[in-house]
Amino acid sequence: MNAIIFSVIGGVVMMFTGIITQQKKAIRNVAIIALIILLLANIFDTYGILSIHIGTHGMLNFQKFGLYFNTLAYAATLLFILISGADVTQIGEGKHAAEFFALIFFSLSGIAIITSYNSLLLLFLGIEIMSIPLYILTGGDKRNLKSNEASLKYFLMGSFSTGILLMGIALMYGAHGGFEISAMKPSAVSNEYGILDPLGLVLVFIAIAFKVSAAPFHFWTPDVYDGSPSVFTSFMATIIKAAGFIAFIRLFDNKYVELGLSWRIILPLVIIATLLVGNITAIFQQSVKRMMAYSSIAQAGFMLFAVFAENDMAKEGILIYTVAYSVATIGIFAVLEKMEDISLAGYNGLAKKHPLLAATNTIFLLSLTGIPLTAGFFAKYYMLLSVIKYGGSTVTWLVIVAVIFAAISAYYYFRVIQAMYFKTGNPEVRSYNKGFCFMLVILAAITILIGIFPTIILNWFYF
Amino acid sequence: MIPFLLILVPLIGGLISFLLKEDRAAKSWSLLIALITLAISLSGIYFFNNADALTLDWPWMPALGTSFNLHMDGMSSMLTLLTAIGLPVIFVAIYKNNYAKPGNFYAGMLLTQAGMMGVFVAADALVFYFFWELALIPAYFLASNWGGEKRVAATFKFFVYTFVGSLLMLIGIFYLYFQTPGNHSFSIDAFYHLHLKTSQQYFFFWLFFIAFAIKMPIFPFHTWQPDAYEQASTGVTMLLSALMVKMGVYATIRWLVPVFPQATNYFSMLIIILSVIGMLYTSLIAIRQDDVKRVIAYSSIAHIGLMCAAIFAQKQAGWNGVMVQMFNHGIVVLGLWIVADAIEQQIGTRKLSEMGGMAQKAPELALLFVIMALANVALPLTNSFIGEFLMFNGLFQYNIVIAIFALITIILTAVYTLNTVQKIFYGELVSTTNNAIDAGLNVRLILWVLVIVIFFFGIYPEPMIHLTNDTVNALLAK
Repeated sequence: MNAIIFSVIGGVVMMFTGIITQQKKAIRNVAIIALIILLLANIFDTYGILSIHIGTHGMLNFQKFGLYFNTLAYAATLLFILISGADVTQIGEGKHAAEFFALIFFSLSGIAIITSYNSLLLLFLGIEIMSIPLYILTGGDKRNLKSNEASLKYFLMGSFSTGILLMGIALMYGAHGGFEISAMKPSAVSNEYGILDPLGLVLVFIAIAFKVSAAPFHFWTPDVYDGSPSVFTSFMATIIKAAGFIAFIRLFDNKYVELGLSWRIILPLVIIATLLVGNITAIFQQSVKRMMAYSSIAQAGFMLFAVFAENDMAKEGILIYTVAYSVATIGIFAVLEKMEDISLAGYNGLAKKHPLLAATNTIFLLSLTGIPLTAGFFAKYYMLLSVIKYGGSTVTWLVIVAVIFAAISAYYYFRVIQAMYFKTGNPEVRSYNKGFCFMLVILAAITILIGIFPTIILNWFYF
Repeated sequence: MIPFLLILVPLIGGLISFLLKEDRAAKSWSLLIALITLAISLSGIYFFNNADALTLDWPWMPALGTSFNLHMDGMSSMLTLLTAIGLPVIFVAIYKNNYAKPGNFYAGMLLTQAGMMGVFVAADALVFYFFWELALIPAYFLASNWGGEKRVAATFKFFVYTFVGSLLMLIGIFYLYFQTPGNHSFSIDAFYHLHLKTSQQYFFFWLFFIAFAIKMPIFPFHTWQPDAYEQASTGVTMLLSALMVKMGVYATIRWLVPVFPQATNYFSMLIIILSVIGMLYTSLIAIRQDDVKRVIAYSSIAHIGLMCAAIFAQKQAGWNGVMVQMFNHGIVVLGLWIVADAIEQQIGTRKLSEMGGMAQKAPELALLFVIMALANVALPLTNSFIGEFLMFNGLFQYNIVIAIFALITIILTAVYTLNTVQKIFYGELVSTTNNAIDAGLNVRLILWVLVIVIFFFGIYPEPMIHLTNDTVNALLAK
């Protein structure tokens, strides 16, 4: 409960900060402090210290897994604000810095609900609370037509998926006579309503698949990620997307066993389609930002393995994947934010002029590729291991398809490395300070540390 | 502790080398590190050859059944020694070459060495996979950053081939992991004691073999190799062809044959035929090449093909030959590349058609190259002879028809090697070679050292056989 309460308070505080002061630095510092308080409150809650209890009539069910995911998501947000907070304050002529931070906090409270929901109503609320601030953030650069277009597109498509979600929830309610997922037993549904339950579940699945941009529900992603201000793309593509997977895992935690064979066929098809669309389209992109949008679809394909395998190892894996993918993507977007020209050619020769930017960016890209000694390797490692654990040799074909796409992903990630190191050019880079360099090094260090000892993250989980 | 030091010293040395901006500083520092590594490697063979010093087992992720487990037996000692000899030899040979950003260049060389050392000593499948990939990354940067015009594309082809292979191997490793009893384990001993069904073996054998076949490379997975060798700068090519290809041969012996015994028997004929086709095919191509580097590149594929064939013949003599030849092939190929580089540095071309008569101007280099060339042909008294002899012996015991086809490559090798010698050093002087002089002192010095090694092991191969014999017996018994 702490996470929900403190994130909402944080959002309100940020709104009032905007009235009191227009100083960007002060606003950013307040946001950082509020976020640290939120993070600590959630950590305390995880271990049952200083936790606030409010009766929710079983609509929320706080489990260690969800709370621990909150911790990781808030820590990633903290890193995000530390490295890109200054850029957030610049967006939209710099007049709305406090509001942007407030919206981020509201979005975080939506995440806290999603990670702990037990009632489908709360799932709906959580997704909406998480998404509506994002529609506004996407259009944050309000004089920019592309930003406006992205915002409108995201909002329309988002409303559409919300409708589908509600329809699915309604059908499931009809079948079970209640919203609590912990009380739903597919076997208890009478034959008369038999079709309602799986149909409802498929609709809910589609709605969440939309949020995590799984194919074929991914069409909004490239335009929205490309159009919105880069800092918010970074936030959307990492923390928000990971939260969508937690919604999946909670939903299927107790439903999955009885879903039957058809599900085993549908989900792999979605996974392969997502990997295919993400990886193949990313190859042809000339803009690094757009390439990262498709790459995020491709990574979502890999994260879906956790939903498919649905065992303990998959849960551990999704935590590591969240951290690995978020840290790397936040780092890449932080560098991208400093580039004047975000096309591939704009990166030419970066290593000569700004060796630190190029070196850290390389580490993030290697992590996304899944090279050992970076966090990304263990992220993929856990995903593949959990699937093989679940299916043995019956899923070998799926795993082989996945690694072939992982190899294809090397192609477009390495194109950036090639541009930075092996091509000559004169990249124009906005000014950045020592603190920015320091944060980049910290992110790279986290990536490598988890690449050597991934159990650091998991040990806390079991503590 | 020895295997850990063999990884740690080049790793730390390489990281420090990134900070060195000055040419001389980077060169002397990296040479120093390489020599220290060589000393550690030799001490592991002669002074600390007890189980305690050669084994290390630190907890890493106990919940997942993996530990940082390193172990050196005879074969590991031999290959780490080759790697440890290779680096100082390369550094001395290219001492007078100038590279942009020398600190980064030498750092990359040392980091690659650290990765290869890790591959040769890992006794845990996950640790093995880690180093297998890690050796590739610095090599990728080395070959992409310094070299010919098409280097970026050629190196990327090399990278993608190897990356696909290693990912397939990763699936294989995961699968075997779940076959181990109890709480599952990645350790090599657990893998050796697996009882896999025949059908499982037949499938997962290929996941491993493709990874190793790409690395060696074996026909038809070899197409990345000539381009990559030609385009990389010669220092890097030496590293790739003399040392890194041994990763594939080593891994086949260590991780493939003992883990999948039935599959190895079942597919051995197919793979030996592929290897022999590759030997004949690449030898024929080598005859037609005009670029010295490509001649040596194709020659290297042919030699590795023979090693692969001898491994799958699974005969005691053949395996002894593979062990000896892994070391000796490294030495000979190093010598060939060094001469090729010395010539290119002097006359600015690698085209055979633009050379001639260099023996008149550079008699010492000519003599040294002839010795290297004869070793490449595996003439008796040179070190390659005993290895090739034993490998052909193993192949004969396996199947006489295949052995005869394989023997044809000896003639072909003689054709292209001697042809190369003739075109470069004999005949009329041409405009490019008119002003040629003998190679620098460092090149001649290091070549003489290699010549001594060639003759030493040519006349007295016993130490090498003795060192690796236990490994051969232990692995063949599985």
